[in-house]
Amino acid sequence: MNFSFLVNHIVELSITGLALGAIYALIALGYTMVYGVLQLINFAHSEVFMYGTFAVAWVFVFVHGTTSVNQTLGGTAGLLLLSLLAAMAMSAAIAMLLERVAYRPLLKRKAPRLMALISAIGASFALSELMGLRDRVVGWVGLRDDLDNYVSKARDVYTNPVTIQPQTVFTVGGYGVKDVDIMVIVASLLMMVALDQFVRRTRFGRGIRAVAQDPESAALMGVNATRVIRGTFILGGIMAGAAATLYMVKIGSTRQNAGFIFGVKAFTAAVLGGIGNLRGALLGGLVLGVAENYGAAIFGTQWKDVVAFVLLILILLVRPSGILGESLGKARA
Amino acid sequence: MSERTRVLELDDVTLRFGGLTALDSVSFHIDEGEILGMIGPNGAGKTTAFNAITGVYQVTSGEVRFAGRSLAGLKRHAITKLGIARTFQNIRLFGSMTALENVLVGADANHSTGVLSALFRTAKHRREEDDGHERGMELLEFMGLASRADELAANLSYGDQRRLEIARAMATGPKLLCLDEPAAGFNPQEKAQLMELIRRVRDRGFTVLLIEHDMRLVMGVTDRIVVLEFGKKIAEGTPAEIRDNPAVIAAYLGVDEDAS
Amino acid sequence: MGVVRENLDRVARRYRALPGPARVALVVLLVVLVYLLPLLRPPIITTNQIDFGGVMFAIAAFALVAVGLNVVIGYAGLLDLGYVGFYAVGAYTTGVLTSYHAHWAFFLALPVAIAVTMVTGVLLGWPTLRVRGDYLAIVTLGFGEIIRIAVTNVEWVGAARGIKDIPHPPNIGPDPEPPFGDGGLFTIPSLQWDGIVPSLDSGRETTFLVFGAVSAVPYYWLVLSFLILILFADRLIKDSRVGRAWEATREDEDAAEHMGVPTFKFKLLAFALGAAVGGLSGSLYASSQSGYINPQSFPLLLSILFVAAVIVGGAGNRWGAIIGGTLVAYLPERFREFADFRLLVFGLALMILPVYRSQGLLPPRRTIRARAAAEEIEHLEGRDEAPTEVV
Repeated sequence: MNFSFLVNHIVELSITGLALGAIYALIALGYTMVYGVLQLINFAHSEVFMYGTFAVAWVFVFVHGTTSVNQTLGGTAGLLLLSLLAAMAMSAAIAMLLERVAYRPLLKRKAPRLMALISAIGASFALSELMGLRDRVVGWVGLRDDLDNYVSKARDVYTNPVTIQPQTVFTVGGYGVKDVDIMVIVASLLMMVALDQFVRRTRFGRGIRAVAQDPESAALMGVNATRVIRGTFILGGIMAGAAATLYMVKIGSTRQNAGFIFGVKAFTAAVLGGIGNLRGALLGGLVLGVAENYGAAIFGTQWKDVVAFVLLILILLVRPSGILGESLGKARA
Repeated sequence: MSERTRVLELDDVTLRFGGLTALDSVSFHIDEGEILGMIGPNGAGKTTAFNAITGVYQVTSGEVRFAGRSLAGLKRHAITKLGIARTFQNIRLFGSMTALENVLVGADANHSTGVLSALFRTAKHRREEDDGHERGMELLEFMGLASRADELAANLSYGDQRRLEIARAMATGPKLLCLDEPAAGFNPQEKAQLMELIRRVRDRGFTVLLIEHDMRLVMGVTDRIVVLEFGKKIAEGTPAEIRDNPAVIAAYLGVDEDAS
Repeated sequence: MGVVRENLDRVARRYRALPGPARVALVVLLVVLVYLLPLLRPPIITTNQIDFGGVMFAIAAFALVAVGLNVVIGYAGLLDLGYVGFYAVGAYTTGVLTSYHAHWAFFLALPVAIAVTMVTGVLLGWPTLRVRGDYLAIVTLGFGEIIRIAVTNVEWVGAARGIKDIPHPPNIGPDPEPPFGDGGLFTIPSLQWDGIVPSLDSGRETTFLVFGAVSAVPYYWLVLSFLILILFADRLIKDSRVGRAWEATREDEDAAEHMGVPTFKFKLLAFALGAAVGGLSGSLYASSQSGYINPQSFPLLLSILFVAAVIVGGAGNRWGAIIGGTLVAYLPERFREFADFRLLVFGLALMILPVYRSQGLLPPRRTIRARAAAEEIEHLEGRDEAPTEVV
């Protein structure tokens, strides 16, 4: 137990915790929206995120080549925007595929809910493994040599050639706050606000809320549930793509199983904030990120994940419906 | 009337959810062997009262007493074991279990076989299984469902499912049987059969609390009727008294009391 | 698939039509066959690249776990994604008691391991079984990770190094004294097959009954014996008030509660019993051939595979759980040449299965019985009509 470390580094731990938590929150949105609409845990959402991280790395390799360079955040702004779009497109596409292949057939057959979860677990495995076997996959279509740079050694860590060097922007309590962390937090907040407004103000957002509240009466009101469900997956994918970009900015490398632990954390964040609740996802993510950092400071980094899970269990004990309560449908305008 | 023992007593029961008052100082009682009807327009608080009796909600103030004992703080299963059983407005059987097994679950409320008894097939286990089967088959017989004993509850016809729910509730061995709109979805002929059935249930020594929309059925089968509106009791009396009660007529015709 | 189903039904019907003694004889014969399977080494199913006895051990162990988890998922309807945590608790309790901190005999440590796991199950279930079912999945997932991280970092249980030299179960007969005596009571050779012609393979002998490093078969026998015991217990419990209470709770928790079922108590009971079987399996695993456990033996993936075994087989059916456990343990070993693809194929299978067989390969027996009843009614009705045609 090391409380003095926590006290001495409280600013740093809080800010990096918030940055991490902001990424959790963006991923959590995907879980929370799908849960709100379908009451299903989209176990494969972690892979939606993971594919996004690869999209980011591929854009960098494509533009920059594989030579490693150091860059400031400002110096890669253009590339980052481009990779953000690529990651969103990639993640949205994977999310759409998931909905089409792993969910819709089950919904149509009114399969038991447990089965939908199993299907999602299967999809998660398949997607992750497919990325792990990417050298084989391109080999099958005869592109192994052409795409060598993009495949690298499958199953290995895949590193972004451009390493982003964090710059100190200002100093608080002896800690130099880094531009990267600020960017991650601000960008996440912007995405969140955009999504929140979208769900509140647009016709499509009303559809989502209606289906979340009561699918049957939504159908009677002329809401096309199939479209709404697909749209929900895509929106979650877009948010996961954004999270993937921010993740690559902060972490700099990825691999085929990178989604798993972030996925579990993000789901924890969603439950923490109150599943089905968009603002809850944000709050849950931030609380989780900061709590994890504090916990790691006190108990040692190896206990970081334990802190997260224990926090989840405690919250469920005290407030089973999360901090803000569950309500995608009741998200009032 | 006064010589009879009171089975259930609601004493000034109020139930609030947030700002909404679902039950407002409601008092009534049920005597042993009686069939009491509870009626009122939609949203009058009938099902809420039901839920307060069966332990779904804890009352905000007042008291629900069963055989003189307060039900405050008791879990639902404990209330069932005390002797209050219920059916559900929308049928809630255990669909993947057979009709007999559904009734057995009810009968198990009187049993206490645990893992060890089951593992070693103790005398208690055998005695309780025999008792459950005997009681279960007898009840299915009573309901005219004996031939359907081995069918999955989910595969039974609508009417059979309604009857099976009553059988399942009776199997718990209650003093008080609460029926939540048992005639919903029935045609006139089935309703007539149900009235007959409810009388026979009473003749077996059960006390019955009946929520029902169908006026003819309630008037035809009950001894006394309690009328709720907006969470308040507005009338109580024999079917004949209720029929002529102006407040009840107003409530059912939707006339505003202040205007009248 | 439909053909398989029909044939299974037909086999089941024929079996039920047999007279009592014949049924018993058939079952005994089958059980003996299953015991001897790693010695018979039947062609096609035998794995040639790795020790078939070891594979059979893994299958039996998986089946045992699946039967235990089936109580939790199949009977009580609680999705437990952290079952590996119980497995690890059982294994580590055994390791600590028999090797790392004390030197108890295996059969002394086993019941303690089971008890400790059961208590762990109750401690985890007490707070979490009150929350909604979906959350239970994620909480249990977290529990599995907590256990893994804990054993990785706590020196008291060997941290990342793990625990080695965990003693094997006791031998029957004299202990082996290499290089002169094999020990045990007698040795049994294996078969080897040239096409369909079997011959004795004296190079592959199993000593009855020595738990050593040479053969995995005795460990297989031990796990199989426990599996059979647990199956009996499972059946006795399922077919009682307890089993009905679980099923009612799974079907409709509120209705069950109103019918006098203390649902929380029964969910906790299912959780504890499931955990106990997980602890038993973990304990058997710890004392198996290698006598070595470390945190990497208990990845989260294993939890997911356990769940998959139960669901693939058909949640709620103990035979389904056994088939599911067998498939999940066996297929990757049999098709090692595709080892790189096994998780991919596995994932795809999990995606496809729910679409085409949403009840799993073997749905609970009840559906079979219900179908039999329906057929009987049809048959009876047919008979009623027949005379009218004649007249």
